[in-house]
Amino acid sequence: MITRELELYYGPQHLGMVGNFSITLSVEGDTIVEAKANPGYLHRGFEKLMEYRSWTQNLTLPCRINVVEPDSMEMIYMMGVESLARIEVPERAQYIRTIVLELSRLASHLFGAWAYANMLGFDTVAQWAMAYRDFVLDLFEELTGGRVYHIYMCPGGVRRDLPDGFEEKVMNFIKTLAGHVPDFDAALFENKLFYKRAKGIGQISRQEAIELGATGQVLRATGMAYDIRKVEPYAAYDKVKFEVPTREDGDAYSRLWVIHDEMIQSAHIIMQCIENLPKGKVYERTPNPFKWKIPKGETYVRIESSRGELGAYVVSNGGKNPYRIFFRTPSFTHGIPILEKLLKGANIADVGNIMISLYVVPPEIDR
Amino acid sequence: MKSNTEKKSALKPAKSIKYLFQKPITFRYPFETRDASPRYRGFHLNDWEKCTGCGNCADICPTQAITMVEIKDLPVETGKKAERPQIDYGRCCYCGLCVDICPPGALRLSRDYLHIDHGTESFVYLPKDEKLDKEHFVTKDKYSIFQANLGHRRANYEGFVSELNFVLFEPERTPMNIEPPEVRINSFIEEVKGYTAEKAKEESERCLECKLCEDICPAHMKISDYINYIYEDNLEDSVKDIYIDNPLPGVCGRVCTHKCETVCSLGKRGEPVAIRWLKRYAVDNVDVNHIEDIVQVFASSKKQHHIAIVGSGPSGLSAAYYLSLMGYKITIYEAKPMAGGIMRYGIPKYRLPHEALDKDIRVIQDMGVEIKTNSAVGKDISFEDIRKSSDAVFIGTGFMKGRSTRIPGIDSEGCYQALPLLEKISSGEDFWLGKEIVVIGGGNVAFDIARSLTRIQKKKYGEVKITLTCLEKRDEMLADEEEIIEGQEEGITVKPGRGPKEVLFDNNHKVKGLRTVKCVKIFDEEGKFNPTYDESDVEDYSGEMIVEAIGQAPDYSYLGEEIMKKLEIVRGKIITDEYGRTSIPWLFAGGDIVHGPDVIHAIADGHRAAQAIDTYLVNRK
Repeated sequence: MITRELELYYGPQHLGMVGNFSITLSVEGDTIVEAKANPGYLHRGFEKLMEYRSWTQNLTLPCRINVVEPDSMEMIYMMGVESLARIEVPERAQYIRTIVLELSRLASHLFGAWAYANMLGFDTVAQWAMAYRDFVLDLFEELTGGRVYHIYMCPGGVRRDLPDGFEEKVMNFIKTLAGHVPDFDAALFENKLFYKRAKGIGQISRQEAIELGATGQVLRATGMAYDIRKVEPYAAYDKVKFEVPTREDGDAYSRLWVIHDEMIQSAHIIMQCIENLPKGKVYERTPNPFKWKIPKGETYVRIESSRGELGAYVVSNGGKNPYRIFFRTPSFTHGIPILEKLLKGANIADVGNIMISLYVVPPEIDR
Repeated sequence: MKSNTEKKSALKPAKSIKYLFQKPITFRYPFETRDASPRYRGFHLNDWEKCTGCGNCADICPTQAITMVEIKDLPVETGKKAERPQIDYGRCCYCGLCVDICPPGALRLSRDYLHIDHGTESFVYLPKDEKLDKEHFVTKDKYSIFQANLGHRRANYEGFVSELNFVLFEPERTPMNIEPPEVRINSFIEEVKGYTAEKAKEESERCLECKLCEDICPAHMKISDYINYIYEDNLEDSVKDIYIDNPLPGVCGRVCTHKCETVCSLGKRGEPVAIRWLKRYAVDNVDVNHIEDIVQVFASSKKQHHIAIVGSGPSGLSAAYYLSLMGYKITIYEAKPMAGGIMRYGIPKYRLPHEALDKDIRVIQDMGVEIKTNSAVGKDISFEDIRKSSDAVFIGTGFMKGRSTRIPGIDSEGCYQALPLLEKISSGEDFWLGKEIVVIGGGNVAFDIARSLTRIQKKKYGEVKITLTCLEKRDEMLADEEEIIEGQEEGITVKPGRGPKEVLFDNNHKVKGLRTVKCVKIFDEEGKFNPTYDESDVEDYSGEMIVEAIGQAPDYSYLGEEIMKKLEIVRGKIITDEYGRTSIPWLFAGGDIVHGPDVIHAIADGHRAAQAIDTYLVNRK
């Protein structure tokens, strides 16, 4: 039998591709023999840039690394700085940060649901998801003054207290969203077409997932209840009750269901935080930004972002600027080794399906 | 979980038909618009009246979108720079750090976010607000989205504004250890204890390095640099920077009128940086021998010229220090037994202990400056002799003669002038003290004598009975606010807004008090000193001792008539150019006799005169 291998460029401009990212596929017929991910379309040099700006000026930068969920990036930078400079964050600020992070997780998952539904052709659900994300952005605008880049957290807490009536608005939003969950379920998650398109696609075993460094819903979809919010609690996560949802199959279908369940857990966390919100300060002043030097040292901090383990390795040599900041982003492991592995032997028509089910955010890969 | 493979009703999708009848959640732009949230971070607003032009916003801006631009027709105000921030919206990331660093809270972000224009240059914008720019800021009903532009904005549409609880600087000063009134009144021990290393570091951390203080300081000291060195625990370089412009830092660190702190941008909404006390901390904590080593780096080779300086007050000492650094031979002639002038014989020890003054003077003396004490020019040595024995002469003889109110009875026994009394107190001489005292005057000297007398009264009689009265109203009083407050804490009764009328006598013709009338206005229409009184409002203050402290005057009798004729003197002050040059080429003047009473002005005068003398001697060759 004569076979011919063909090189196929998938992206960066391609339907079903999230942009800023391309894959070079070697295909044999409709089957992929080898895939090579190429993330270098959005290199902005943030990590290097941060070395040239002061600790305070830098708080505007990390959020730009991930457009979809900027708050987890902010949080990880603040945690790194706070750990090096030994800053205590007031309890109320920790609760507010938790609310912000969970709202952000909701927005991010809704955005993921939009991408996935859009890719499958479920445009109605996609628009619903996008609309609800917009409501979260409205809440963020109310709280932080910015819709997408919030720049809300700062070393030592958050930059402003909650505005009047904010808790109520969040509760109303959650109630509205909860009222819409059956619609989402009916139109997407319990839809037969979704089952047929997603079941068994991009399947990865637990062993492989661990070996390749998978975290977040990619790992949890293989049945492993690993969540940094539980393993190494930060912010106020040790003070709230929530479950870590898992699925067993490790395929796109399981991953989407993990996302679905996580959104419900996020809503629970937000409600608990609002109920138990302590009173007091939300900001512990850090030294004058023009003079602030952080003692020599290095630290690695990590949090559970909506896509998996997000870490920051922060090094200070005692100066006004960071010596080095490195971000460990989940999209890197999911978007390069795991994606390349899962694409091998897959059908061309499933490339977008697999990639989006891994929830790869390309800007995160190339900082 | 339900199985996804089970058959569902074919009509189920029809559920979504209900959305056809609901109100859409989207806006019909531009016919429907949405107001941004109250905390929105949109385009900038700047209150030009509050803005000090300090440039902290430009310094913090992570994207360097802010440039400080000079505004030509801006009214000149002391303590403000004629610069205002200009934003490049091609770079701005709307983070709001500029808002959180703005000390006066002038810079804010509005809720406007639409800018439509053809040219890219329109993105460079000089923000103002509706206060000064009524033309471009229109009310809500006049605002049209079809004109949305940086030149068409909504008035009263603030978004992200500065809140003092969330600013990036510390608005509150590190507390200073000051003796409580009941302790300090018992002695002349210095009442301000000075910062510890830890406190000084904490306080120096507050400085934003905007340098408004350096512009206003008469000596233009490198304030932000030396404060930064204190923050870095590098007192050596701090002292070195201080000595570049000020050879009397131990004195200035205690009694300077601190114009720097008055203009400090942190003081606009909070408390200014304690610049004076930080300087004192740096100098107090470096050993005198070490200071001498540090300042030696400025010294240049020895020269042959000889310069005479009359008066060892701040201006004379400052001129002597800089001239001796330049290599000249200096002789200072001082009438009193010890050097220091008004700093030693005028300022009480609880404000300026003699150890601090001696330390400053020793550094200057060890540079090779000769100070001839007990040599009153005009008495012990003639001005003509000095003139002949030197190449140039600097006079800084100060205001050492007290002014009198010339009210009836003021020249009788029991009435005194403040300065001679202060001198007696300073040198430890004994004198008669009344059980009840009235002090006339509302300036720093009045408080110096009144507060000194409280201490002596307390020691002698066990109680304080001092009334201080002055023409100025309470909020116009010339003394430093802290002096007034501390004086009142120590038991002085302050009666502002009263004009002295006459001295009252008892039957034995002894002074028994002072009669005052209400002062309505101090200055007349032309701005001249010409107080008017309400004669019907009379108050008597009892006191067997009356002290006048209404101001001081110079005494030029030592110069001789010939020189006096050549000099230009207006209202007691010698007219000089910026560098202390008088109308006589070899004669230079500075300090109170040129600028009026102020230590830091005198030091700056001495420094500038030193430069002028150097230029004069170099050119004369």
